[in-house]
Amino acid sequence: MASVTQVSMVFDDDSSAAWNEMFSAPGSPRPIYERLFAELGRYQPAELRQRSEQLSHTFSERGVTFAHSGEERPFPLDVVPRLIGAMEWDHLSRGIGQRVHALEAFLADIYGEGRIFAEGVIPRSVVTSSPYFCRPAFAVDPPNGVRITVAGIDIVRDEIGNFRVLEDNVRIPSGVSYVIENRRAMTQTFASLFSDHRVHPVDSYPAHLFTALRAAAPPNQSDPVIVVLSPGVHNAAYFEHVLLARMMGVELVEGRDLLCRSNHVYMRTTNGERPVHVIYRRVDDDWLDPLQFLPDSTIGVAGLVNCARSGNVVISNGIGNGVADDKLVYTYVPEFIRFYLSEEPLIENVETYRLEDDDVRHEVLGSLASYVVKPVDSSGGKGIIIGPQADEKTLAKTAEAVTESPRNWIAQRTVSLSTHPTLVDDGVSPRHIDLRPFAVNDGEEVWVLPGGLTRVALGEGELVVNSSRGGGSKDTWVLTDESIPLSESRVIKQRLRNFNFSPRQDGNVGRGDQ
Amino acid sequence: MLSRLAESLYWIGRYLERSDDTARIVDSYVHRMVEDPFNDEDATCRSLYSILGIDVDSDEPVTTEQMLQHIVYDADNPNSIAGSLSGAFENARRSREFISSEMWVALNSTRNRLPQMENTARRLGPSQYLLFVRERAALLAGLIDTTLSHDDGWHFLVLGRSIERIDMTARLLRGRVLSEEHAPDWLAFLRACGAMEAFMRSTREIHNANGVATFLLLDRLFPRSVLYSLNLADTCLYEIQPSSQRIATADLARQSLARARGRLEFMDPADLLDQLPELLEMLEETCVRINDAVTDRFFGHEDYVVWSREGGL
Repeated sequence: MASVTQVSMVFDDDSSAAWNEMFSAPGSPRPIYERLFAELGRYQPAELRQRSEQLSHTFSERGVTFAHSGEERPFPLDVVPRLIGAMEWDHLSRGIGQRVHALEAFLADIYGEGRIFAEGVIPRSVVTSSPYFCRPAFAVDPPNGVRITVAGIDIVRDEIGNFRVLEDNVRIPSGVSYVIENRRAMTQTFASLFSDHRVHPVDSYPAHLFTALRAAAPPNQSDPVIVVLSPGVHNAAYFEHVLLARMMGVELVEGRDLLCRSNHVYMRTTNGERPVHVIYRRVDDDWLDPLQFLPDSTIGVAGLVNCARSGNVVISNGIGNGVADDKLVYTYVPEFIRFYLSEEPLIENVETYRLEDDDVRHEVLGSLASYVVKPVDSSGGKGIIIGPQADEKTLAKTAEAVTESPRNWIAQRTVSLSTHPTLVDDGVSPRHIDLRPFAVNDGEEVWVLPGGLTRVALGEGELVVNSSRGGGSKDTWVLTDESIPLSESRVIKQRLRNFNFSPRQDGNVGRGDQ
Repeated sequence: MLSRLAESLYWIGRYLERSDDTARIVDSYVHRMVEDPFNDEDATCRSLYSILGIDVDSDEPVTTEQMLQHIVYDADNPNSIAGSLSGAFENARRSREFISSEMWVALNSTRNRLPQMENTARRLGPSQYLLFVRERAALLAGLIDTTLSHDDGWHFLVLGRSIERIDMTARLLRGRVLSEEHAPDWLAFLRACGAMEAFMRSTREIHNANGVATFLLLDRLFPRSVLYSLNLADTCLYEIQPSSQRIATADLARQSLARARGRLEFMDPADLLDQLPELLEMLEETCVRINDAVTDRFFGHEDYVVWSREGGL
């Protein structure tokens, strides 16, 4: 009995202003968490820890690692899953789909006729001054119009429980392999929890991605050859490249495996050269083609962009997508949704301030310690200054940098990300989390993988959750609508009655022993 | 299939076989050193070095500890057991999308457990470590056969395994040719190849050196014999690139194989012991030639190309 109170006491110890995902008030879990809370309460703390070790053992045996400062380490998976209700998920996935459609339209427009500039929704200078704006992307027109095959839209929940978009990732968003591996490890370790909940499966992601890549192929190909292009074994996300290639049943290639001739791409095989039609690339624009971008890239393929421009190969995600990830452009995305789709955004942005405006900048600089300041082209949490946690020197340096080049920075209200009970060294206590859902666009519709990667900042009070900052993750369960009845078992019983299995043949064990 | 991938699979085959065979050879030598009251440690270690192709410059006596460190535990030496396993692992990392996840997990956990096995071995002697390596090799061989499609990739893997096996069996036999008094006896060789029972059933001439050598080189049914491995390697090469030529073959690797096979198939077993040194040398050269031919033909190496800006010189 002692253990039950012990676990639940640490479970609801959250005094911060942040939204607690599990509890509505100390001791009372939100409705969707009731069963999980009751079930986890039955575990001794030591037992919980044992399962946690089992999870990390599973990961190191399966080699589920990412490279962190040059060292391969398992990606920490927390034992307490994060739950999302059916209604909430419906809202989220529609909001993400809406956003991806708007971003697609935006990219097609700016690398095309530029209607949005003419209408004055966003100044042309904001787009062309983006470090990710890519002139070679002009006239590289994807056959089915899809530039964003895969999107990772980072979502956070604010203090009053509203979901908000923190940033868009439509270049080469990573992390989906951990969603798949997390689920695998959790079902092995916590089978009983799953039988109490009806959780949407996540393993259809590779099939969706494969379908989308096939749909993206040049139109004259009836049986297109698809490859995953990886920078190689030393890349932090190599594990993911392998997993996707394996689960889609396509080749994983490196730049040196490919060659371009007469605007066609080939891979070198033991039977000579074989044509390639769709490249799901996990190499950044800069390194992709030494003829167009950095000339000293050895992981790219010389001539690739011209092949794409001639329509013989499709590069996916498209080149130049980074403009949409630019954090200053991000502030205009709600406008894009209104402009291109004539809809109101379903998920709002976090309140963000454009520092090029003199009045705004003076106001922000006046109380810098209360804002989060981000470089517009950062990813992986690099270069972010969290005002309330920064020291005087950092703030002064930041103010200087902002004044120097206001285009390169944005300021955001410091959102206290929602918290979730998490197993840490001294028990279970609340830690900040975010969510990266993955959306796949096959040109017909945008499919959002149920759940996504919930990242958790393992340090107390820590607000940056990126894996490159030593964060961990949680398995994310999207619950199905409980009102849909289970019909399967009745059907199967009926089927079994109609079947006559022949009896197993007797072996020779025991023969002649009498 | 991708040339780079084919090369990785070929080397997984070679490195796994190398770790297995090295464990078997070392085990038989260590056993001999323990059992033989007149054993000269230095000379035995040196003869082991020599059959594994390791040069020793120093005149200092080589101790068993040093030998084990060098041939078994030293991961920086690509020919040691730990080094071979790490080579197999690195190649598996590069071909992870091709191999089955069960095979990957088996290799990964082998590598993860190696340091712990080494610690134990340093306290209790190498035999548990060597047994572990052999068991993992058997586990992996089973997974390779039952969880991979027997397609080109698998054939490259088995080709690598066969070539390495020919090379290692030839080296094992060279130990006897080189210095009889410092090598395990013929029966120990049979045990090292796991061939004891198979040999006994095929013949009754237990103490006949000629019989053992004949069996390990010429037996058509025993999977570790040289002739068997030559045949298997040839099958793999044929499957990878079936030839419809009616006359001769343009495949240099298959030519070398055929020559070695012809030499072994049609010799009088009674002459075997006399010709042994020359035969073993021929086999090792054959392995090198096949390796080079396969590398040339299928792995098509392409160096990295570095571009620079115009006028940037």
